[in-house]
Amino acid sequence: MSSTFLGMPAAPPRSPYGTGNLRGERKFPKAAHDELRNEQLRRNLRKATHSIRAKRLAVTSELPDWEPLRDAGAAIKAATMDRLPELLEQLERKVTEQGGTVHWARDGVEANEIVTRLVKETGSDEVIKVKSMATQETGLNEHLENQGVTAYETDLAELIVQLAHDKPSHILVPAIHRNRDEIRDIFRSAIPGVDPELDSVPAHLAAAARAYLREKFMTVPVAVSGANFGIAETGTLSVVESEGNGRMCLTMPKTLITVMGIEKVLPRYQDLEVFLQLLPRSSTGERMNPYTSMWTGVTPGDGPQEFHLVLLDNGRTAALADRIGRQALHCIRCSACLNVCPVYERAGGHAYGSTYPGPIGAVLTPQLAGMDAAKNDPNSSLPYASSLCGACFDACPVKIDIPSLLVELRHQHTEQARATAEKLAMKAAATVMSRPGLFTAAQKAAGTGGRVVAGRDRKISRLPAPFDGWTDTRDLPAPPRRTFRSWLASAEGAAALRAAAEEGARPGADTVRHDHEEGNR
Amino acid sequence: MTTTARETVLGRIRDALALSGPEPAPAVPRAYRTGRSLPDRERLDLLVDRLVDYRATVRTCTADRTAEVIAEALHAHGARRIGVPAGLDEAWLARYDGEVRRDDADVPAPRLAALDGVVTASAVTCAETGTIFLDGSPDQGRRALSLVPDLHVCVVDLSSVVVGVPEAVARLVPERPTTLISGPSATSDIELERVEGVHGPRTLDVVIRTDA
Repeated sequence: MSSTFLGMPAAPPRSPYGTGNLRGERKFPKAAHDELRNEQLRRNLRKATHSIRAKRLAVTSELPDWEPLRDAGAAIKAATMDRLPELLEQLERKVTEQGGTVHWARDGVEANEIVTRLVKETGSDEVIKVKSMATQETGLNEHLENQGVTAYETDLAELIVQLAHDKPSHILVPAIHRNRDEIRDIFRSAIPGVDPELDSVPAHLAAAARAYLREKFMTVPVAVSGANFGIAETGTLSVVESEGNGRMCLTMPKTLITVMGIEKVLPRYQDLEVFLQLLPRSSTGERMNPYTSMWTGVTPGDGPQEFHLVLLDNGRTAALADRIGRQALHCIRCSACLNVCPVYERAGGHAYGSTYPGPIGAVLTPQLAGMDAAKNDPNSSLPYASSLCGACFDACPVKIDIPSLLVELRHQHTEQARATAEKLAMKAAATVMSRPGLFTAAQKAAGTGGRVVAGRDRKISRLPAPFDGWTDTRDLPAPPRRTFRSWLASAEGAAALRAAAEEGARPGADTVRHDHEEGNR
Repeated sequence: MTTTARETVLGRIRDALALSGPEPAPAVPRAYRTGRSLPDRERLDLLVDRLVDYRATVRTCTADRTAEVIAEALHAHGARRIGVPAGLDEAWLARYDGEVRRDDADVPAPRLAALDGVVTASAVTCAETGTIFLDGSPDQGRRALSLVPDLHVCVVDLSSVVVGVPEAVARLVPERPTTLISGPSATSDIELERVEGVHGPRTLDVVIRTDA
């Protein structure tokens, strides 16, 4: 059963490069630069994030024990990670006892292959899907399509994204970047047999989706879902949702395949009393989401008679190996951190290039998929996609210290980076700065050079590589004619110092007037 | 020797824990509220407030008027043909004059779409969140029955209403397929504007029996 411990532990691998949806094509600043020009997107995002924020604050502040709930949630998750092997084995045993089959997937590619094989075994070339981050991460739909299986996303927002051949931009409301008129146009062009006069009233759009998907729910014999929680003690799995598409997929088909990240396991059934309070209030800002389904294996005469659970690693163990970074695995995918983040609110989810956007995405994605400096990896820019303001930490229902994780990942990225031009320049600067004579000479040279580069407005708008990153987004003031050190050494400087000392010696004096020339005037 | 994915993943987890220096996790602090109770009147008021907030229809009655109030609810929504779980108390439908079909696991679930509505009992209800728990008992039926028809008339006994989520979870039987219902189905996926009734029942009518 348990593997024998042989010698030194090996660092677990990341999600394989070039697979799934854990990496964008461009670095964050470049992608965000383009997204920021989309005024419609910024209006949609601002409206959405601000309205969810207000709802979340209202329903979290009405619970006097919100902080104790967060403390319990954080502690349960931490304890779970420490006991992960035994909890997963227990979950496997319980699910099997209750008539389910458990599969293990080392990475997304393997998970996709397992799901495809199970779907094909049912004889169906169609599947209905409940919104699932794990299968979004592995790129399951694309894989199924290549294998001749059509996947129907049944969550309204996921359907919008799928019909538009788009990508999700938010964990909870994946089509947050689309407004009602855009959605109407997508439905008119992509839903077979839809009323060509369909208008953009949200209730009418939802009704069009209902009619389209109803037939799928009644006829497609196999469903694929994710899981919010998997209870080791009982083998119970849970999906939290709003629309009823989850209930449909978990109830109507003959076969159910659930793909769950290994970090989603919880030790005890009783732990649901914490997470069923934390998740809905943090996520949609509701006291409770409309529907939650919990099932344990197979129940004769009720729901799917064949149940498969696929346990997915795909870089999670690599994250777990990091003493600081492993906290990111505590995430319950509520998206509260996205909604409070000033960077997410402006740049939107697509700029992050990953299934997991926003602050949690910026710490989770690089850990699952790596930041490969040798490949100029777009993920290496994610830890910098933050002002470290800390709003995400305050909002997180399981108290993930996202700002500290971001700083740690920046550190790791810097350590990993090979001898870059910037690193060499910094090394040279360190040598110069440790020798006063050299430093003075360098300042003189930089002053002259800098003023020439700056020109009339005394601003440098473009530094040469490798320092061009600094001036991409800001101007640098030209160096002053006279440095502070040369002023201090002058007669004028000495006189100012004397005057200041006399001023400071007088009783009651607490301020010193500085009217020496700062040099930059 | 080939290594299975299971062995590989479990081995990776053990390596990861060894590398990240496992510190014994502190005991879980459970300082949140549990085991709360409130007088009947306050539990009822709290529950009604939450259900109305979710835009469910709420009726309260004493147990002797159950049949009358259920008939009233079904008429109000124009339900002419309804389904009921096999174990539902027959007396509850004594005043209803429409067609009643007792559910049977042999009836394919898609056929339930022909029903205008369904009447079920419930297992537990959480007042603070307005959440009704169905657990597949004989008077609640299989999950598809309370899902496919567009109207769900759900009977809640006040004695089964608890204050908070921990009290409700403590009353559940984990192995039973359990559905938590907090109002009718809804979406906010389009510009965050709430729309009731996407795939689940568009109408939830709750009959609370105050002395049962």
